[in-house]
Amino acid sequence: MLYFTKWKAALVLLVCALGVIYAAPNFLPSGTLATESSYLPGKQINLGLDLRGGSHMLLEVDTDSVLRERYDALADAIRTELRQEQIRNRPREATANGAEITILRADDVEKAREIARTAEPNTELSGEGNNIVVTYNEVAYRELIDRAIAQSLEVVRRRVDELGTTEPSIQRQGENRIVVQVPGLDDPSRLRDILGRTAKMNFHLVNNEKTAADARATGLPPGTMILPSADEGDGIREYLIDRRIVVSGDNLVDSQPTFSDGRPVVSFRFDAAGGARFGDITSKNAGRGLAIVLDGEVISAPRINEPILGGNGIITGQFSVQEANDLSLLLRAGALPAPMQILEERSVGPGLGQDSVEAGEFAAVLGLVFVIAFMVISYGRFGVYADIALMMNLILVLAVMSVLQATLTLPGIAGIVLTVGMAVDANVLIFERIREERRNGRTIINAIDAGYRSAMSTILDANITTLIAALVLFSFGSGPIKGFAVTLAIGIITSMFSAIWLTRLLIAAWVKRSRPTELVI
Amino acid sequence: MKPLHLIPDDVNIPFLKFRKIFYIASLLMVLASVGLFFTKGLNFGIDFRGGILVEIKTNGPADINALRDNLGSLGLGDVSIQEFGEPDDVLIQLQRQDGDEEAQMAALAAVTNALGDDVTIRRSELVGPKVGGELKEAGFYSVVISLFLIMVYIWVRFEWQFAVASVAALLHDVLITIGFFVITGVQFDLATLAAVLTVAGYSINDTVVVFDRIREYLRKFRKMEIPDLLDLSINSTLSRTTMTSFTTLLALIALFVFGGEAIRGFTMALIFGIVIGTYSSICVASPLLIVLRLKRKIPEAEEGQEAGA
Repeated sequence: MLYFTKWKAALVLLVCALGVIYAAPNFLPSGTLATESSYLPGKQINLGLDLRGGSHMLLEVDTDSVLRERYDALADAIRTELRQEQIRNRPREATANGAEITILRADDVEKAREIARTAEPNTELSGEGNNIVVTYNEVAYRELIDRAIAQSLEVVRRRVDELGTTEPSIQRQGENRIVVQVPGLDDPSRLRDILGRTAKMNFHLVNNEKTAADARATGLPPGTMILPSADEGDGIREYLIDRRIVVSGDNLVDSQPTFSDGRPVVSFRFDAAGGARFGDITSKNAGRGLAIVLDGEVISAPRINEPILGGNGIITGQFSVQEANDLSLLLRAGALPAPMQILEERSVGPGLGQDSVEAGEFAAVLGLVFVIAFMVISYGRFGVYADIALMMNLILVLAVMSVLQATLTLPGIAGIVLTVGMAVDANVLIFERIREERRNGRTIINAIDAGYRSAMSTILDANITTLIAALVLFSFGSGPIKGFAVTLAIGIITSMFSAIWLTRLLIAAWVKRSRPTELVI
Repeated sequence: MKPLHLIPDDVNIPFLKFRKIFYIASLLMVLASVGLFFTKGLNFGIDFRGGILVEIKTNGPADINALRDNLGSLGLGDVSIQEFGEPDDVLIQLQRQDGDEEAQMAALAAVTNALGDDVTIRRSELVGPKVGGELKEAGFYSVVISLFLIMVYIWVRFEWQFAVASVAALLHDVLITIGFFVITGVQFDLATLAAVLTVAGYSINDTVVVFDRIREYLRKFRKMEIPDLLDLSINSTLSRTTMTSFTTLLALIALFVFGGEAIRGFTMALIFGIVIGTYSSICVASPLLIVLRLKRKIPEAEEGQEAGA
């Protein structure tokens, strides 16, 4: 039917008008139309990191280490109770699979199992013979992991915020992963350094009976361990230190980079409890070394000369200014509950992003010009109508992407260019059909009508199959590829509107106005 | 001005007559692609392999040999260094390092240190072994799932012969496009995989247009022999098939030439795939319907219908 009801025509024009209004902000300098409301026009398309420059990192939280720690603590708690009941036992090495204890006397096993069963709620008891294994049930496990991830997210957020960039995005992905996206970052290695560290800092006393080398030769005194030095510049490679943590980094409330004797150092301040304990320890252990341990390495181990009572102190070490800055940042932001690994990193400098946008825009415009010219050459007046629809389609794609705040990536630009080529497909189908119908001797209006009607199901089938591919790409793809799928899918949908309804309205208006007696197509 | 008709109105090419040639040509191409895939193999990018990629801009034309000596001395295994579009633009790629994620980080740090401050790092990518494996898996599934969904859709909309023929044509396109990557050695990464899937969507699009016409003519010309009917359908949609491919190619060629080095592999895959897709929908998909013994469904006929129709 070539005849349009008034409201239908109005609807088509309304959609076009909305498209223009919502797409318009993209052609204005950013910020001129900034609005807070999500439905008013004024938003520009969100550029992906590959176009605006920035860093993308995929991190994995080592949840096994969280479990190991928890099971270790649980095994300790159970063993304390067992000792109170005079049940002799031996711990097994802590794993992420459960708290494991071996009971030495067979007679005690029954009683021990009872104690282990009630030691903590939401646990399950297993193990055979003399072995007792306590594991968390699904609920407790989930809670544990969720809490560790939530804490990690918080710490990561604080660390990234310290970098002072705008709009970083930090999100959980899957069970134990975190995606960090920081636009406009000049130096991704800084982000890498900051996120790659757990930053668990503790204070231990240095053992004053033996040196690390002696201990290696003659055996470790009970309750001690050997840790490597973070920096071998001072000639000491390893330290023998007491296992017991005298003050934990959890008690830190502030930390700043500063200078002492012209060298970069890191100052810190404890909360009340930490300050008191620190004062106590430093009073009682004058002359001994106090090891500052960060992530399993000794940063430095200064001798305690006098009690430190104010809860303030400084960490000296072989720091560069940058390292002192980073360490104080990490201490301020707090330690991660578990180590994290960087699984994937993609960073694009601002220069490349800008170049990509320019190259993409130029190619898109050029492609558009080619297609527009070719359509006019092939279909004359009808080609002009198809071209108007094509331009409208591009505007609609921009508008929809602005409203949805979808992300435009470099492959996304390719998606738009591809849409340009494919958007005219519907019109080609229709126009070719009209040609055929004319050859079969139909009247002008009849031929146009039949052209649109018979091409309809083909257009639908063809576009739905492409849409399927786009949707699969969207659900499986990551980052830039998702951007491609988005523009392709949006382009397919908007092209069905512009190529079918808009061209039809234009042709109907022309037929009504000039009552053509000849159809040049 | 009389509009240009790319294909004459009265075109009548006996495609079906040459179908044996098409079958042989296609079969050879598919077999060669599969054979090459298993012998030479794809040049997987770091997305799938894991590894490190750094794109740098140097002051003035880059001295590739000096860079090679410099980075080769780091002991990080194979280092590939190549010019990337411009003489002062260099792409450095490192194979996946032995060990876990941390080893990759250390290698990236070593490379950036060795490059020093007189080059600008335009882009750096690091994919650990874990993610590389996952991306490969997700990529494989996305191809299989989209092929399956497309087949289901065609099955619902047409008879089963059409579904099988279209998926066969689709597989043909995907395999040959992959073969193209093996032969040219163009790197196969996430973007090119997306291109392959788009080729799948595009090729099916072309095929569906022809199939739609066949279905229409099956109802319209009840007396016509099936091979003649297929030829007629292909010929009457030929103008559209070539027009659409041509406009899409126009846009893609602009992108290939001016869109920048970063998406060149991607557009190349699309261009090749569209050419192959156009060929397959004309010369492979429709003739295959004969092999699959497409019959007219005669509603009141006593012979009954083909299973699954």
